[in-house]
Amino acid sequence: MSEMKNYTLNFGPQHPAAHGVLRLILELDGEVVERADPHIGLLHRGTEKLAESKPYNQSIGYMDRLDYVSMMCNEHAYVMSIEKMLGIKVPERAEYIRVMFDEITRIMNHLMWIGTHALDVGAMSVFLYAFREREALIDCYEAVSGSRMHATYYRPGGVYRDLPDKMPQYLDSKLRSKEKLEKINENRQGSLLDFIEDFAKNFPKSIQQYSDLLTDNRIWKQRLVNIAIVSPERAMQLGFTGAMLRGSGVEWDIRKNEPYSVYDQLDFEIPVGVTGDCYDRYLVRMEEMRQSTRIINQCVAWLNANPGPVMSDDHKVTPPNREDMKGDMESLIHHFKLFTEGYCLPEGESYTAVEAPKGEFGVYLVSDGANKPYRVKIRAPGFAHLAAMDEMAKGHMLSDVVTIIGSQDIVFGEVDR
Amino acid sequence: MKELKQKLSKAFGKKNVSESFNELTLNIKSEDVIEVCQKLKDDFQFEILMDLCGIDYLTYGESDWNGNASSSGFSRARQAQKSTNQKDQRFGVAYHLLSVSNNERLRVKALLSSENLMIQSVTKIWNCADWFEREAFDLFGILFENHNDLRRILTDYGFVGHPLRKDFPMIGEVEMRYDEELGRVVYEPVSIEPNVNVPRVIRK
Repeated sequence: MSEMKNYTLNFGPQHPAAHGVLRLILELDGEVVERADPHIGLLHRGTEKLAESKPYNQSIGYMDRLDYVSMMCNEHAYVMSIEKMLGIKVPERAEYIRVMFDEITRIMNHLMWIGTHALDVGAMSVFLYAFREREALIDCYEAVSGSRMHATYYRPGGVYRDLPDKMPQYLDSKLRSKEKLEKINENRQGSLLDFIEDFAKNFPKSIQQYSDLLTDNRIWKQRLVNIAIVSPERAMQLGFTGAMLRGSGVEWDIRKNEPYSVYDQLDFEIPVGVTGDCYDRYLVRMEEMRQSTRIINQCVAWLNANPGPVMSDDHKVTPPNREDMKGDMESLIHHFKLFTEGYCLPEGESYTAVEAPKGEFGVYLVSDGANKPYRVKIRAPGFAHLAAMDEMAKGHMLSDVVTIIGSQDIVFGEVDR
Repeated sequence: MKELKQKLSKAFGKKNVSESFNELTLNIKSEDVIEVCQKLKDDFQFEILMDLCGIDYLTYGESDWNGNASSSGFSRARQAQKSTNQKDQRFGVAYHLLSVSNNERLRVKALLSSENLMIQSVTKIWNCADWFEREAFDLFGILFENHNDLRRILTDYGFVGHPLRKDFPMIGEVEMRYDEELGRVVYEPVSIEPNVNVPRVIRK
């Protein structure tokens, strides 16, 4: 028998477990990975170059399309960096709305992650359950911004509009009986906040459901425990952030360590892993969903009790009221100026980061005093995580590569930008 | 942060440390990058390199409304004006560091001239610099010395040029289509025209 030499396997870019357009060149010795070389850039759209050619406000929509499963968190980083450089203050109600939607986004992202991760590893049903809950959250996006994914809801100076008083309901249809319609509209009778409150009340039960399906599942544990162990020192060397860093036992969360928005007034905890394997990262993200639910509850209570403006009244940056525009010359000028030319940022540079569901999402803005950014650099958490693929996959089996991709929670919109 | 600023001023000279928007920047010479970064990691506990990126300062501070605007009408801004600037130190590399143990952040900046577009790689100090440096090489053409795998990363296989440079047109240089006669994909010069909808203005 002649001996088999190492061979190279091309994984992706069109592979359902590649979470998008990842092309992996794997050098295999039998079934053991010797070297993994991810080729990225297949989804490169030049977001940074595009942002440089547009006034600041027109790029908010591009931020949604970066990490397209945690849209509002990306917007938050971008909008915050503009606010920081302009030095404008955001009304407190807008801050609470932002934090509430950041956490809704975090849950949405983690539901997507748990669904696809479990699907990759071989558990079909979790996907269906996770997407059932995700649907309700997407409806919240729709209710507040009109769009189910790419919201463009955060604006420099606040949020685009206040929360709606009425939650949109399902309409009558030939496909649904009257009883069914009443049942699905049952929790949509009140305002958006009532709907979110109802969701947050029931969601811990759903998390328990996923947990029942996975946490003690023999196959799930065989596939995840002791796979891709990353020590805390290595995690920092590799530039990990978010759940990847916390899974390795480093207690670091921007929401706690460098609190932005109103996170310093909210009560929540940071879960930390012990061994730093895929299973720990799974447990960390599950607990994060529970903590997010806690934050949402606190925000709902605050928002119910404190009505007020949601947009700064600095009309150099935010559009004036439509009604004022009809009668007030200055408002008309502000409106015209804002939508034709935009606003200028002072000269300088700043780096602003938020704790996005995947890790630290940062925006480095360089302004030369113009109405367009001179340079926008987006620091995507997934970029650093994917770069560690080689180290994490080395010595593991081919099937573990799929587990690692799932555990890293890769989304190509942000990796390729 | 005050403490860090004092310590940095002591170690690297007061004029090199600046503060703006509540952030600290350390300006360094490009030849000193290894020495400074090693020191920052060992003595100042900056364990994580958050971000590394290139910047092209070619058109910095230039607006589209220069010259006699009133005689040329609106079309004056439809085309981005070509820069005639010759900057001595055209490129820059910015490093964003994070210290988990001290809860501090720092930006380190080094400027490079376009004649000698080379800087030492920091992959030995922070391993995650690998891909970030590849990206800066791909998008700006900055060469990182002693980087052991400096391939393009974001652009297509066989791509020519460095797209985030300011003299690289927004619409690109080539377009691609499938040629039925040749039976393969061919590259041709772009056929669309560049268009600026909102001109760049600087108001002081």
